[in-house]
Amino acid sequence: MSGGTASPQPFAPTAGLLARRRRERLARGVFLAMTVLMILPLAGILGYLVVRAWPSLSWSFLVEAPARGMREGGIWPALVGTIDLVVISLAVAAPIGVLAAIYLNEYARDNWVHRVVNLAVITLAGVPSIVHALFGLGAFVYAARLGYSILSASLTLALMTLPVIIASTREALASVPRSFREACWNVGATRWQTIRAVVLPNSIGGILTGIILQVSRAAGETAPIMFTGAVFYKAVRGGTLLPYRLDEQCMALSMHLYTLATQVPNVRPSIPYATAVVLLAVVLLVNAAAITLRLRVRTRPKW
Amino acid sequence: MGLLIRLCGISAILFVMGILLFIVREAAPVVVSGRVSLVQFLTRPEWFPTSEVHRRYGALAMIAGTFSVTGLAMLMAVPFGLGAALYLSEFCPPRPKEVLKIVMELLAAIPSVVWGFIGLTVLSRIIVTLTGAPVGVNMLNGALVLALMSVPIIVSIAEDALKAVPDSYREAALALGATRWQVTWRVLLPAARHGLLAAVLLGVGRGVGETMAVLMTTGHAVQMPRSVLDSVRTLTANIAAELGEAPAGSDHYRVLFLTGVLLMVITLAINVTADLIVRGVKRS
Amino acid sequence: MRIPGTRTVIEPSFWRSALAAGMAAMICAGCGGQSAPEGGTTLQIKGSDTMVNVAQAWAEAYHQVRPGVRVEVSGGGSGVGIAALLRGTVDIAASSRDLKPEEAEQARRYTGREVRSFVVGHDALAVYVHASNPLEEIAFEQLADMFAEGGRIERWSQLGVTIPGGGDKIIRVSRQSSSGTYEFFREHVLGRRDFRLGSRDMNGSKEVVELVAATPAAIGYSGMGYHEPGRVKMLRVSPGAGRPAVAPTMETAMSGEYPIARSLLLLTLGEPEGEIRAFLDWVRSPTGQTIVRECGYVPLTPDERAALTAGR
Repeated sequence: MSGGTASPQPFAPTAGLLARRRRERLARGVFLAMTVLMILPLAGILGYLVVRAWPSLSWSFLVEAPARGMREGGIWPALVGTIDLVVISLAVAAPIGVLAAIYLNEYARDNWVHRVVNLAVITLAGVPSIVHALFGLGAFVYAARLGYSILSASLTLALMTLPVIIASTREALASVPRSFREACWNVGATRWQTIRAVVLPNSIGGILTGIILQVSRAAGETAPIMFTGAVFYKAVRGGTLLPYRLDEQCMALSMHLYTLATQVPNVRPSIPYATAVVLLAVVLLVNAAAITLRLRVRTRPKW
Repeated sequence: MGLLIRLCGISAILFVMGILLFIVREAAPVVVSGRVSLVQFLTRPEWFPTSEVHRRYGALAMIAGTFSVTGLAMLMAVPFGLGAALYLSEFCPPRPKEVLKIVMELLAAIPSVVWGFIGLTVLSRIIVTLTGAPVGVNMLNGALVLALMSVPIIVSIAEDALKAVPDSYREAALALGATRWQVTWRVLLPAARHGLLAAVLLGVGRGVGETMAVLMTTGHAVQMPRSVLDSVRTLTANIAAELGEAPAGSDHYRVLFLTGVLLMVITLAINVTADLIVRGVKRS
Repeated sequence: MRIPGTRTVIEPSFWRSALAAGMAAMICAGCGGQSAPEGGTTLQIKGSDTMVNVAQAWAEAYHQVRPGVRVEVSGGGSGVGIAALLRGTVDIAASSRDLKPEEAEQARRYTGREVRSFVVGHDALAVYVHASNPLEEIAFEQLADMFAEGGRIERWSQLGVTIPGGGDKIIRVSRQSSSGTYEFFREHVLGRRDFRLGSRDMNGSKEVVELVAATPAAIGYSGMGYHEPGRVKMLRVSPGAGRPAVAPTMETAMSGEYPIARSLLLLTLGEPEGEIRAFLDWVRSPTGQTIVRECGYVPLTPDERAALTAGR
């Protein structure tokens, strides 16, 4: 764009133009600095967390149960609890979310129902997590008589992840060109056959990416499970694969970090940091997996 | 199959109505019966939910806490967020851009309890050292954490808004001899202003609704904030701290649900406005 | 709501493997659901944050003694635990304050049963200041003047204390209103008056001590078991001007000399039976009481132990 080579015309690099170019370089520098300033301190803090956590980070930290009043030992029960919560909540939210998105994108006409559903999805996505906790406590724990349990907590989490799954699935579905569908209809396929044979296969990568991203979100949430099914401590032997029943409460990584930070006295200093690092690692790895999946899917030839 | 799909399709409506109805139903009796006046709830700062002499349910200090923390966070997050979005969309070469966008996405994924932990252990010490504040868990700490949490959202939405400005605008301006900075300042910002506003609004929505990070970093004191180094309590943190205690059905329990209704109304208004703005942008 | 970048392109083999992955996830969910856990009974204890650590230690040790019984511990505050007990959502409530008459009344009305309470130990509520604070003792009136509504003490200089490292304004550190510690302090030190607003109300007993340890001008109250020697200091407390100030120790708390000591209770709905009974007995046995002492709380006095054996 700065194609103005020197020529004795009005467009020659006058003092004014040079000043403007300087301003451009300045702007570019400032914006770059802003971007970097945001990321660098954060990288610093994350590095600090890892350094503080280092003495406790080991395989046995992952697979052992907490010991000596949670001042030592590992985080196994919390890790398993988080996995349980995430898997069950997504097993509920993913099918509903995907079907809802199919409805919105493939079936619904652009009428008021469609608009209301849209509005509902946006509203649901904006509900603060603590309000989900209010609802989960009142509706699942008390009204539905599920008690404080993994089930109550998972359902609360499912409700929280649902709108985002709907949104991401819709985007994936919308990326399939209409001509694909029309070709299918023209050979006499029904709407559902078309969806199954053409639309879903062409959008499954995007749909899965959206769902995987919600794995990390569900794993990190604390407020919705704090009042519905996460406990301070539960006696579980380290390494047990399936220690919880659905109607019991469980420990969870996020909750464990919170209690270590606020409740357990004289804990070995590296343990809360190590718990934070493990939680972060779980979330970031899952996200990285989703991003890789998306990049892989994206690099396929486009039509 | 069609029926099932239809049912799932409207499930979102059912859930939203369910949540709204439920929390309103839980909150309503205490207002309807007149035991807690809505006016008092919204205009008095005295919060004594378990007092033995005089129970008072005034949420004003917490409303002020929520908005002051969010406001301060936005003061920091908006310039940085918009700056980063401008850099990404207008100045950045493509490859670093991909990397930066992934970094932003990972940033957005950090759980709020980890942010809270960072604020509690790292930032609070830094704040005490740098400002000489008596306590490191305060409004500034909460706002810093919130700013870092909402920046990725602001960047991602703002970048979309900038991307939505047709290239012909940029080309026209460049052809007139404008520099990139002039294009950005004179053409892009005005053209994308609705989208940028939506980005900011969604950042605010995130700030108002955030719970754990704020609970752990703001110091949790019921008082009208007078300086950025004061400890404050937010609406969300208050629910998180007191929800368990309140025996179901008691006035206290219902007032907490009332706080939930208030939060829901605030975030709903913010999100719907943002969505209308974004939708308006898409249509035009 | 939108998710940045979720656009996609086709790939049939990919679709198949993705489907397989999805199925696998479902199957995992399924076995998560019907998993046969370690088996046996689960005991749920919920309530006092003061007791959460000792309850946790009991749970941990009891798992070794009786592997068939798994004890769940959650905190939230004494009020939370009692509320949950009345709703039948937990087996045992942990409380660091006595049952209120209205709570007992609620239990009778809703469940038709009496709440039974069992003293399982004692706790001295310590008043903590920063380790560098020159103050050594404090009286109830002074605490009330600091913490209660309408109190007049706002600066350390009013107590004749200069804080090394500056800061004259007293930073009050309190607890959230669900905590038994909060209510106990209000009842016994503030004389039922309300707390003055503007204190930092922490969610955990440890958080109080941590904040005091990090803040030279702070004062706070928390269980004796949360003491972190070297970082904070426990003040001697006098129940009134002119009366001797007593340091919080096992002995003074046991003898009742220390003015803000309280009983730690486990509550059940109706007479406990089976595993609940067994657990309660174990908690009050010498093994259980050793754990109480190890956690920094005060075990049952010899008199109480004697009464216990006599009662059975």
